[in-house]
Amino acid sequence: MTLDELKPGSRCRIKGLSVRDKLGQRLLDMGVYPGTQLTVIRNAPLDDPMEVSLGGFFVSLRHDEARFVEVEPQ
Amino acid sequence: MKREKILVVLAGQPNCGKSTVFNALTGASQHVANYPGVTVEKMTGSYRRNGTRVEVVDLPGTYSLTSYSPEERVSRDFVLQENPSVVVNVVDASNLKRHLYLTFQLLEMQVPVVLNLNMMDVAGRRGLAINTQELGRLLGVEVVPTSMKTGQGKEDLKEAIARVADSDIGERLAQIDYGPMEPPLREIQDRLSETWKGPYAYPLRWLAVKLMEGDTDARERVRQGYSDPEACLDLVEHTRNAFESEHKETPERHIAYHRYQAAETISRSSVKPKKGIGRPLSDKVDRFVCNRFLGPAILIGVIYLLYYLSIVQGYNITNYTWPILAKLRALTEAITPSPGFIEIPIIRSFALWFVDSINALLNYIPIFFILFGLIAILEDSGYMPRMAFMLDRLFGRFGLHGQSTLPMVLGGIYVGGCAVPGVMACKGIPDERSRLATILIIPMLNCLAKVPLYVLLINIYFAAYRGMAMFFISTISLLMVLPVAKLLTLTVLKKRPTAPFIMEMPPYHLPTIRGVLGRAVERVWLFVRKIITIVAAVAVVIFVLLQFPGLTDNRMAHYQAEKDKAIEAFYEKIQGAPFTQNLQGDNLLALVLYWDVYKTAKMTAGGKEAVDKVNAEFEKKNALFFSIVKPGKDKTGRNANRALKKLVKDRNGLLREMRKERIDASFLGRLGKALEPATQWAGFNWRVNVALLSAFAAKESSVATLGALYDQGETGDQSLEQRMAEGEEGFTPLHALALMLFMVLYPPCIATTIMVKVQSGSFKWMLFSMFYPMALGLVVAMAVFTGGKALGLTGLQAMFVFYGLALTATIGMGLIKNRENFS
Repeated sequence: MTLDELKPGSRCRIKGLSVRDKLGQRLLDMGVYPGTQLTVIRNAPLDDPMEVSLGGFFVSLRHDEARFVEVEPQ
Repeated sequence: MKREKILVVLAGQPNCGKSTVFNALTGASQHVANYPGVTVEKMTGSYRRNGTRVEVVDLPGTYSLTSYSPEERVSRDFVLQENPSVVVNVVDASNLKRHLYLTFQLLEMQVPVVLNLNMMDVAGRRGLAINTQELGRLLGVEVVPTSMKTGQGKEDLKEAIARVADSDIGERLAQIDYGPMEPPLREIQDRLSETWKGPYAYPLRWLAVKLMEGDTDARERVRQGYSDPEACLDLVEHTRNAFESEHKETPERHIAYHRYQAAETISRSSVKPKKGIGRPLSDKVDRFVCNRFLGPAILIGVIYLLYYLSIVQGYNITNYTWPILAKLRALTEAITPSPGFIEIPIIRSFALWFVDSINALLNYIPIFFILFGLIAILEDSGYMPRMAFMLDRLFGRFGLHGQSTLPMVLGGIYVGGCAVPGVMACKGIPDERSRLATILIIPMLNCLAKVPLYVLLINIYFAAYRGMAMFFISTISLLMVLPVAKLLTLTVLKKRPTAPFIMEMPPYHLPTIRGVLGRAVERVWLFVRKIITIVAAVAVVIFVLLQFPGLTDNRMAHYQAEKDKAIEAFYEKIQGAPFTQNLQGDNLLALVLYWDVYKTAKMTAGGKEAVDKVNAEFEKKNALFFSIVKPGKDKTGRNANRALKKLVKDRNGLLREMRKERIDASFLGRLGKALEPATQWAGFNWRVNVALLSAFAAKESSVATLGALYDQGETGDQSLEQRMAEGEEGFTPLHALALMLFMVLYPPCIATTIMVKVQSGSFKWMLFSMFYPMALGLVVAMAVFTGGKALGLTGLQAMFVFYGLALTATIGMGLIKNRENFS
């Protein structure tokens, strides 16, 4: 399953990233790396982008970018 | 060892309070420049301590130090190449783990680091206890806790900076153990150390880690500084691949993971965690602010309030500030050589033109001050990322970015902004394609300077539908801007790299008065500088182009004769009056000028008392003149008053005619006429052409020039609306519509053009930003005018048709998808 499929309120653990280079590095630098717990907070009023929480750190990203994040729902 | 000058850089992640630290350290001695070659801002300042000058450079806030974004690249280059005495790493004490991620990257660069644990007050409120000594021991650096918002710890930080600047870093710095990656890292390091011959001695371990990360910039450094680069880079590539297949993990992920691990370990052993994690207040607020229904409503409310307070209320304030500017004009009138009967000294007309041009712009200062203050509040409070969050989908559809919101608001997303700060604000957009697209479309928004022309035309040609026409013009710019932006990103900007949207949603902050006022003043100052430099310079050029070559001797003689006739008529009428002798020669001219000054004084005086005062003053100045200007019941006086009125009217008529003729024959007038064969298809005659040409300096000039073209000389009691309506009898609402639409798409003014050059970093884009709107504007104006005429549409009908077309184009363009280009 990938992050873009999750609905607001769901919690998950990050399993992997299927993208490298600019986007991959950016995700890593913002704290999206395997093993981290993540909560989907909300979608923007027009559904995109989405806001997630990584242990109290809030990040917004587009669904197009979230689809590279493999997750395991909890 | 005591040095004369030491260099300190501030590094840190966004939202760590770094700019507060910078302000606290350097006070008012700040300069902004750009890093060479890129549009990243470089803030520098300094302070003195025990005779040593400490230069402080505030690096841009970054989460990491890769080579993927210009901000991260310049930060990293600065730390590596400028050899700073101390790197102050500012971190948010309440969020230590996250911020240490950057700290480790700085330590890897083998630079003298002071860790500034800022925002200790926030950490304290959240119940966090940090053992700073333990933290310093684990990291091998000095740790200075501060709460810079209240200035607490400032001296300690300065002391630590001085201490660290004078000592060696030695072997104390903590190093991350990359586990299974250590052997390959050592191998690369050994290989690098063998034949390194680069200009800078890069820390080898840092370079090795970067190469393992696949950093393109690090590879470039190897190419420049290594005697057999390709063999070395082959080794790196081989090692990377081997690592990935062996550990089922990309090297860059492995590295990031170990940095987080190290940060976690350290923060766990030095921070006592709070009990029970509640949802932060900011997130609770966001439940409303980013809510699906409430969010957009609040957003519209915020933007409406922004306009209401700045444009509407700011405009009301100009009622109080305008008299000051009017006094400036009156002063200019008083100190320049006084006019003759029909000969206006060139110095006088030039000085008045100059003051009028500048006053038209200075009048906006209250509006801009409020606007910029409010924008600063939005920025400091943390609402901006929420705006970007809510609007990214919408703007993304047109190749723009959520962060295009602020530039567009500044540029005038509805009505009333200024393209200069708008283009300036584009530097915050991380995505190059979107940034260039935003820079190129900002000038098409409705800046405040375009408004006077709209108001003028609407008042004359759409007077019955004023509200509707104003709504049309306010929203049509957005409906043209969005499809154009999309078109640009699909064509000329197609190959430009894009960046991921990924953006922190920082906690809300209460803005400080100092921060808000400081920013507002700074931006207003930028605007004022634009006026006194570029706009004033161009006003001079246009004056010359409008004034010369001037009237022929022949025509001048004709006007002289007319003047004599008018004067003769005056004497005839006052024949027999006792004061006839006193009104000969120069005295008559003095009377006429006295009349002018008296009228102006009476007009600007408010209230009966002030008028009485003016009367008394003028009576004292010249009792005889006063008895004619304000005759009371005296019969001869009233007779003379009537004669004088006629004389003044004749004189004004002559001045107007001369002026018209002069412009007609002027260089600019000739150019306007030369363009007429082409522009007639858009419905523009030469006078409109002249006005539009002069608007290139600053958009306000269009109305100012029209004012001059339909002017009535030294004094006027008719409004420009009346004069224009009378002067252009053949004009229809369709003409006005084409003209307004051209104005929407009009090329950026000179000041904006220069800002485009600065922000796009290229002369080519500057030229492009000038020519494509001109072409587009002409096409649109011609289509509307010629097409509307062919179809027999009225101005109002054409307006509706055009609106429908623009709306269709916007929706159609929104459906096409842009391709991402992250490379």
